[in-house]
Amino acid sequence: MGALQARRSGLVPCAFEDVDLETYIAKVGMLDSFRVRADLSAYDCRNNRLAQLCLEQDGFVEATEAARKKYGAARIGVFMGTSTSGILQTELAYRHLDPQTGALPPDFHYAETQNSYSLAGFVSHYLGLTGPSFVVSSACSSSAKVFANALRMMAAGVCDAAVVGGVDSLCLSTLYGFNSLGLVSRLPCRPYDVERDGISVGEGAGFVLIERATATEAADPMYLLGVGESSDAYHMSTPHPEGLGAILAMQRALDAAGLQAGDIDYINLHGTATKSNDASEGKAVADVFGDKVPCSSTKGWTGHLLGAAGITEAIIAMLAVEHGFIPGSVNTQQLDPAIAIDYRIENGTGKIRRVLSNSFGFGGSNCSLVLGRLS
Amino acid sequence: MMRLYVEGIGLLGPGLDGWAASRAVLAGETAYVAAPTNLRASDMLPAAERRRAGVPIKLALTVGQEAFLQAGRETKSASTVFTSSGGDNDNVHAINGILATAPREVSPTRFHNSVHNAAAGYWCIAAGSHEPSTSLCAYDASFVAGLLESATQVVVDDAVVALVAYDHCYPEPLHSVRPIANSFGAALILTKQQSDKSLAVIEVEFVSGKAPETTMKDEVLEDLRKGVPAARVLPLLAALAAAKTTQISIDYLEDNHLDIRVAPC
Repeated sequence: MGALQARRSGLVPCAFEDVDLETYIAKVGMLDSFRVRADLSAYDCRNNRLAQLCLEQDGFVEATEAARKKYGAARIGVFMGTSTSGILQTELAYRHLDPQTGALPPDFHYAETQNSYSLAGFVSHYLGLTGPSFVVSSACSSSAKVFANALRMMAAGVCDAAVVGGVDSLCLSTLYGFNSLGLVSRLPCRPYDVERDGISVGEGAGFVLIERATATEAADPMYLLGVGESSDAYHMSTPHPEGLGAILAMQRALDAAGLQAGDIDYINLHGTATKSNDASEGKAVADVFGDKVPCSSTKGWTGHLLGAAGITEAIIAMLAVEHGFIPGSVNTQQLDPAIAIDYRIENGTGKIRRVLSNSFGFGGSNCSLVLGRLS
Repeated sequence: MMRLYVEGIGLLGPGLDGWAASRAVLAGETAYVAAPTNLRASDMLPAAERRRAGVPIKLALTVGQEAFLQAGRETKSASTVFTSSGGDNDNVHAINGILATAPREVSPTRFHNSVHNAAAGYWCIAAGSHEPSTSLCAYDASFVAGLLESATQVVVDDAVVALVAYDHCYPEPLHSVRPIANSFGAALILTKQQSDKSLAVIEVEFVSGKAPETTMKDEVLEDLRKGVPAARVLPLLAALAAAKTTQISIDYLEDNHLDIRVAPC
């Protein structure tokens, strides 16, 4: 919250492994020396280190422990989003193949690091939870979609509470991959700027503990009011130019919440700062909300956290509600005049009751969340 | 307990070329005949995407298309749940090789095919589907995770869901640390309401604790079940093929499993 209010961005010139790209990244510096809990050492990789570091913040372990006592370990689900999991471990291992046999190093643990499920397995073990669990890996919508999984699992009675979250960490695949698509900016990313020219890749994590509204003991609870999911059916790496999938996701989220566009007080945009994302999303938001709802992308602070974007931006959206705070947009200088929405560059304040958060990913995978207070 | 109707089935694996051709084998009525998995690019895809399609996309689209044809539903009409232990394992291996040596030129196609939801993305384009789609992984239990997620979508959201599970082998050196025995895919169209196309009703229950897992009688099919994560579906397909009331159990994570009751419609 302090970094948001002080407009302190995490983006720095890229210095990660031996990556030779001229770009900015958001890097969690202490991960290089951090190690996961000793009993889970097979899971040790950058992604799970980041997961543990995040789990240890804000009293999350204690809150989960209380839920475990309340519901039982088997009644709490673990639904995680990641796009690349521990692939960095494999990237580095491929530099150290056995010169005779071509085999991977003997200390390489595939299931606990590279496999996408690694993250949910690690989090389940770390928190001592034995309920239903899986990883959603739908690129940059992953850790928004886990909210829908948790809602459905609880509604179906498969579990009583859920830990949802997402973690993505720096790796060469995403840096060089996005670079090959011409989607990486040489400057800190400038969401919705007329001169925006690409993303800044970041790493990050977030977790949220969810329980049924009828079971909460919180004095002023935060509610997950609705989730909307859709598919573009257009292109693998370019969003639908008219924002068709984004419109569907936002409208479905409003419908699920039983709300109208005018009920939303702030929109945390996907806002990657690529030409195509911001143009497409801007049209979609204008179509559903017009130009009356304050909007911003917070990727100027965080960079694009990919599989962790959904959860971290959902948390920022909830902070907006809690603090009556409207985040602006770091690095954005001159707004794109072609996008007719109420995009905020400067931070602001106001009564924020309900927020919508967008997350869109490769493969045309879209998810919108509505979060906030009931009254 | 969640109750779902099965309206369509798709199947592609070694010696299992489509549900129609495999039903009697799975029911134990005819002998299993070994053959390589008949991988082919689906004619659902536009030419450009067809050229870029790796094994998972071929598996997913072939079995998905077969299941929809059987159900008599339009491909754009259903939500989709894709589930796989890995993604495009050939592509991941190639990218790791490229990144280990200079120059690190990962092609745009290689990169966008590297996402776990590549098969889902291609499917939605081919099917013209704007419906929700998700892509899951739970290592060896990926099929069970997909079935559980699909069941909640059917029961809670009243969605018609196409569940598509697929896996294929890694090349070396990853094959040695993650031996997946073969290319295998299966699809189920699941609905809340019974229709004249409904083949069976299944009741799915998430249960804590371990239970004896249902195995395949045929030795080769049992090896396939154990050798490919997506092939954990085989006992369910065998029960559907037998067309009589059957109770099966499939392992999920370390401390839980699914009990599934299958009854013909």
